[in-house]
Amino acid sequence: MESAQTEATAAHEAAPSTAKLRSMSAILGALRIGPALILILLVALMSYLSPVFFTTQNLGNVLVQSAAIAILAIGQLLVILTRGIDLSVGSTVALSAVVGATVYAETDSGAATILAMILAGAFIGVLNGVGYVYGRIPHPFIVTLATLSIARGLALGISGGQPISGMPDIVTAIGGGSATWIAAWLPNAAFLVAGVAMVIGLMLTRVVWGRWIYAVGGSPEGARRLGIPRNWVLVSVYVLSGILAGVASIIVSGRLNAGSPTFGTLAELDCIAAVVIGGASFLGGRGHVGHAIVGALMIGVIRNGMNLLNIEAYLQLIVIGLVIYLAVQTDVIRGNLESRFRVLKAAAE
Amino acid sequence: MSASATPVLAVRGATKRFGAVLALENVDLHVNAGEVLALLGDNGAGKSTLIKCLSGVHRLDAGTIEIDGEPIHMSSPAVARAAGIETVYQDLALFDNLDTTGNFFAGREEAGPSWLPLPMRWMKRGDMAKESAKIVGRLKINIPAKASYVGMMSGGQRQAIAVARAAAFASRVVILDEPTAALGLRESRQVLDLILRLREEGCAVIVISHAMDHVMEIADRAMVMRRGCVVGEEVPRPENRSRLVSLIVGGED
Repeated sequence: MESAQTEATAAHEAAPSTAKLRSMSAILGALRIGPALILILLVALMSYLSPVFFTTQNLGNVLVQSAAIAILAIGQLLVILTRGIDLSVGSTVALSAVVGATVYAETDSGAATILAMILAGAFIGVLNGVGYVYGRIPHPFIVTLATLSIARGLALGISGGQPISGMPDIVTAIGGGSATWIAAWLPNAAFLVAGVAMVIGLMLTRVVWGRWIYAVGGSPEGARRLGIPRNWVLVSVYVLSGILAGVASIIVSGRLNAGSPTFGTLAELDCIAAVVIGGASFLGGRGHVGHAIVGALMIGVIRNGMNLLNIEAYLQLIVIGLVIYLAVQTDVIRGNLESRFRVLKAAAE
Repeated sequence: MSASATPVLAVRGATKRFGAVLALENVDLHVNAGEVLALLGDNGAGKSTLIKCLSGVHRLDAGTIEIDGEPIHMSSPAVARAAGIETVYQDLALFDNLDTTGNFFAGREEAGPSWLPLPMRWMKRGDMAKESAKIVGRLKINIPAKASYVGMMSGGQRQAIAVARAAAFASRVVILDEPTAALGLRESRQVLDLILRLREEGCAVIVISHAMDHVMEIADRAMVMRRGCVVGEEVPRPENRSRLVSLIVGGED
């Protein structure tokens, strides 16, 4: 292959060109901001193709539609950073919704409803984290696949398979209301997403817990040897992912003023796609909250834009599938480029 | 290389069994401050088992370990680290996704305030960056600007960071398992220079190596192990190089 050849020649050259190193680091830099760039291009393209797309009303729709995915994607990001995966979040949205609707019907209390929804999410998160770490299951895929089924089953059982209508005002305001004091089209859910993103973003970059997440993702064995409480860190990301599924459920059930056992179907795949499309590495250790947000917005823009253009649903699925493939391919290319960069640099030393 | 009265680290009668296999048999070892001790031996001679016992990964079945003359119960890697012993294994335990500072301080981040539980504390990123620049400057290791990820560095630079991390936090002994095995000529040079600098600073260094040239250059003493026993000790000099080699391979003693 050509790449193998250039690598070999580079290693043999006494002084490989610094120009080559510079161009490679430029490409790597471009790959890093790539997803945000693609999002901007997508928005420009959709605005050009559809006169309706770039209206405040529609942009508000995009934000509302992306909000739940964005919250789930932030939770999924935490898990993926530790080389894990959480398949249960879609079902957790449903469980959390029916639990919330049931509690509201019983207590008529907004605070109790929200607390119950968060706790339902945390419950599934604890099952995931403890099941994976202390059950010594080889990969979180299996544990979260099990809870995907269990949470959906619980949701169907509690609700008797039927949507439970009625959610407290605070929930409908979060999920369906807009910030009329700023602009009527600006959904409240967008502020919730921004708040969650800011808190988790700061935790990841400024707080010891966040540093440990990256360390565990970078080298699980190294983390253990340097005294980082790896098991505790792993449990914490699954619990937080569950809690954020509860928060996403508040948005979904608020928007529809109901709790349904069918909420969140396939949402786990959307949020995994968002994390990967946004530019975080599926292999763990790399990525930040911005990636999750950009990815969620990209999925939202693609869906919304294609709806406006009357493109059929099956084509949307194919397009999103292709985007996921391209995103992971980019991640692989980035990895290869980096190792070539390393070889060149070693030769240049 | 002035041998102080008591060695920094001393092992007496170390014995370790894995089932029916006697991995270490009555091994004695000592190393002084400012001394580089090379640990030689063929594969399976017991070198790795010995250093794992010294760094708290394995526990001795019999024998004692003393730090500055005081016996210590080496029950876990944390005990070894607290006693001032840092070990660099062959896989380095580096975090490719973190920068130099992040790697230096992984698991011992400087953060506050102290009334918060440790994971919730705010990292003192400026302090850590300053401290890591100091370490890099003091050990004169040649690594790119502080912002870059360790994953983007060459093998020699990565090894240098792993060794520097151990050196920076080891108050007594640095143990290195084949630090030059995976490196080219220039990169090995960097790491050897770093080991010599540790010696100058008064650190005790134990090095496992198969590279006789490197042992000849940096080691003050060389201890040879075979089948779990110490079979000889020499001051590495060109004239007794062949004797060291024959000790390793087990020729005529």
